[in-house]
Amino acid sequence: MTEAPKGWDRNRMAARAAEELEDGMYVNLGIGIPTLVANYVGDKDITLQSENGMLGMGPFPFEGEEDPDLINAGKQTITELDRTSYFDSATSFGMIRGGKIAAAILGAMEVAENGDLANWMIPGKLIKGMGGAMDLVAGVGRVIVVMDHQNKAGESKILRECTLPLTGKGVVDRIITNLGVLDVVPGGLRIVELAEGISEDQIRAATQAKIVD
Amino acid sequence: MKKVYGTASEALEGVLHDGMFIAAGGFGLCGIPELLIAAIRDAGTKDLTIASNNCGIDDFGLGILLQTRQIRKMISSYVGENAEFMRQYLSKELELEFNPQGTLAERMRAGGSGIAGFYTKTGVGTMIAEGKEVKTFDGQDYILERGIVADLSIVKAWKADDTGNLVFRKTARNFNPPAAMCGRICVAEVEEIVPRGSLDPDQIHLPGIYVHRIVQGTHEKRIEQRTTRKKEDA
Repeated sequence: MTEAPKGWDRNRMAARAAEELEDGMYVNLGIGIPTLVANYVGDKDITLQSENGMLGMGPFPFEGEEDPDLINAGKQTITELDRTSYFDSATSFGMIRGGKIAAAILGAMEVAENGDLANWMIPGKLIKGMGGAMDLVAGVGRVIVVMDHQNKAGESKILRECTLPLTGKGVVDRIITNLGVLDVVPGGLRIVELAEGISEDQIRAATQAKIVD
Repeated sequence: MKKVYGTASEALEGVLHDGMFIAAGGFGLCGIPELLIAAIRDAGTKDLTIASNNCGIDDFGLGILLQTRQIRKMISSYVGENAEFMRQYLSKELELEFNPQGTLAERMRAGGSGIAGFYTKTGVGTMIAEGKEVKTFDGQDYILERGIVADLSIVKAWKADDTGNLVFRKTARNFNPPAAMCGRICVAEVEEIVPRGSLDPDQIHLPGIYVHRIVQGTHEKRIEQRTTRKKEDA
């Protein structure tokens, strides 16, 4: 018996998320698969924001050129570009809350059919904190979640209602998973696109949330 | 007006007391006031409440004050990467108040700017909103967050002049300016104190009015996640 097709891998998901970005956008990328999106923006003029106080985030430094004063929000060493600017954390979140950032692409533990997002804690198990995620989802123009459709136990991460503490209420606009692309619309989720080799039946079966036409 | 002190311990003399509230700059291990943190450890001041985005790692940054049990409560947005923090929190030895990162930065900026509270949409409908006033403006809900005024601010800058004007370097600026603003007393540690007049007045990141004491020192500046690419990838 052959296994069901898994759809897109991490890089294909990141590449699909990069298609969401348009020339001239200021964008914040979260940790994990969202970080990979930067590899797929191609010729588009995208400025990446790092919420610890930087616009115009460059790639990782060459070995030996790491600067402890130059890191991204994931605490990784990075580089600056010719367009880079630096600012303090209050200014950084001013531009986030103030709606100046066009889009945030971030990971999630759970997303609900009404756009609720949970990605910052598992009570009694994982207590790390929300970092800047609550500010980002409350403030940016468009929230795009990139994540695996199901957890390691094979359960849907796209739910009728979130079971974990929320990061934001009704904040998600689009979900990109290994199985395809879904939009949060009135009444539930709408399938926008299927990953290669994935059928509509398969994505419906893997989704607990209500799917509407 | 003498602001320059010889050592971090001297710069903190007379301003530390048990049970005090400290605001600290830094993000992860970047731009943290590592010399002042070590001096607070040496002073043994305890029952501290500290507002800081993170709490260092086990053996560096604010993490060293956890090892000596000097911290009673943290106000932070992210506390991963610190096993001792998790242990003390889960055993209820340490109190933790999670603040969204932007809310924490704005609470410091507001507190230092004479603003007692502000309404933000960050956290509306989440557990962060529990117990907080909700107000609707233009059809959208906001929650009330309070400004922070700390007994003491400890910050790290790149350069200072002897009047306390500060210049930061790259992303090591982060929480340092808002943290500096919200303290009744602010002590800054810097890599270099330069002669008065040598900083361009147009390029001062934080005016000296916010800074009461300055100390110059050598910084270890640890890297938390060393990520690189190979030359041939370029």
